[in-house]
Amino acid sequence: MKLGLVVDLDTCVGCHGCATACKQWNTSGTIGPLSDKDPYGKDPNGAWLNRIRTYEVGDTPNSKTVHMPMSCMHCEEAACVTVCPTGASYKRAEDGIVLVDQDKCMGCNLCAWACPYGARELDPAEGTMKKCTLCVDRIYDQKLPEDERQPACVLTCPTKSRVFGDFDDPTSEVSQLVRDRGGKQLMPELGYNPVNTYLPPRNKPAVEVHEVSSIKQSVKTWVNKMIAR
Amino acid sequence: MHPAFSVLVFTVLSGAGYGLILLMVLGHLIGLGELQDRNLLLSGGVLSLVLISTGLMASTLHLANPKNAWRAFSRFKTSWLSREAVFAILFYPFVILYLAGIWSMGAQLSAIFATAGIISAALALVTLFCTSMIYASLKTIRQWNNALTPVNYLVLGIMSGSLLLLAVQSLVAGSVSQQLQQSAMALLVLGVAVKAIYFFWIGKPSGSTIKTATGFTQASVRLLDQGHSSNGFLNNEFGYSVAANKLLRIRLIMLAVAFVLPLLLLLTANSLLLLIAALITLAGLLAERWLFFAEARHVVRLFHGDQRV
Repeated sequence: MKLGLVVDLDTCVGCHGCATACKQWNTSGTIGPLSDKDPYGKDPNGAWLNRIRTYEVGDTPNSKTVHMPMSCMHCEEAACVTVCPTGASYKRAEDGIVLVDQDKCMGCNLCAWACPYGARELDPAEGTMKKCTLCVDRIYDQKLPEDERQPACVLTCPTKSRVFGDFDDPTSEVSQLVRDRGGKQLMPELGYNPVNTYLPPRNKPAVEVHEVSSIKQSVKTWVNKMIAR
Repeated sequence: MHPAFSVLVFTVLSGAGYGLILLMVLGHLIGLGELQDRNLLLSGGVLSLVLISTGLMASTLHLANPKNAWRAFSRFKTSWLSREAVFAILFYPFVILYLAGIWSMGAQLSAIFATAGIISAALALVTLFCTSMIYASLKTIRQWNNALTPVNYLVLGIMSGSLLLLAVQSLVAGSVSQQLQQSAMALLVLGVAVKAIYFFWIGKPSGSTIKTATGFTQASVRLLDQGHSSNGFLNNEFGYSVAANKLLRIRLIMLAVAFVLPLLLLLTANSLLLLIAALITLAGLLAERWLFFAEARHVVRLFHGDQRV
């Protein structure tokens, strides 16, 4: 199995719902707490496993606002695991999820340096590295109804922009989406081979375009007008 | 990259300590006349142990959860940090054996103690190399991910060690060794050359851009919003920025303090000035290490709006 997420950049509205749901679930999950330093003060700082950034792509008037939620990509070539001196970071052989053993981490930051996607954040209170677990404590929970065995971010997304699944299974929804929509990896040139894939916005005109009139169209318009009278 | 002061102190001091013991053991065992002296070898050995141990202790200060530091020996197969930790500890018994030999029988060592000396010199070199590979192995930081990084660490470590060795030799013996003085000067010239090559090399643009980072390779991409109201871990760690003109000024000051000034002081061949030369080289190398971090630009910066790194 190769579990991961597909993120649809066409439909994401940048509401930060995924980040909030993630924080809520994981702060009391297996790697919790996700601490904050000075959360209600002037300069709050805390560990989040999801970050949503907003970009302007293209030049006006043909530009588009793209919201890009980012969490751990669960890379196939996970350098964060390779560099870890304590063995706290590991990649599960059975499903490819990259996790941090909170009891082993010494907080040296080297894995965060090795990660090109900014997926790892040091917990300001615990002093250990925190990262997306793909809600490993939800997706295998037999006590949950089957349709709820999904990461918190996927369940909460109001526009269904996040899809969870097995990339090794060619018939899974994620594999089909990647095929149909031309899914892209981020920064593929570094060779980490990230599992999470991003679906680019669909090709459609940014604003309504004035159609050039043809003979057929003008005849049709004329007939419609005549019948209406 | 945010320069953590403890890491700067660690790499400079332990680098100088490893350089010192490496050169001293080699010079002693190949029979360099000025180094066949019990007091000199003991002073040099103890100084290098103090430098290395201070550095290693400083390095644990940047850990956010140091109670797990002992686990750092467990991933020798994959992690350069783990390798560094293992070799740094392995170094101690051999160097202590070597120094114990000198303590008991002076400069004329028996084969066992001489072998321990050779092994400790080799381990010093290997540890220094492992330290450099921690940085050189990170594909996310172009300014580090190249062969110049290990060359930089090895040459500057050995260079600062040679200045310390010369200072110790002249203070203990009361006269300056010509050979040590000339090799220190040659290493200073080599060091400044290595640094100059590095500065020219990192001036070149790299492959990753904000376009490859976001996947929109055929359009211009600009950051509108980072998505948080105040700086987080990523901003503090990777967003460290210094104005280009300030960096240039610090580069020039660093080159003067770490290389040019010591070279001029070395020409005087005065014991006290040689000691001062060694100390200001260490100060200059602290600035060099600070620049090594401040000028390194992590690819996460692309997601935070930088067009290129």
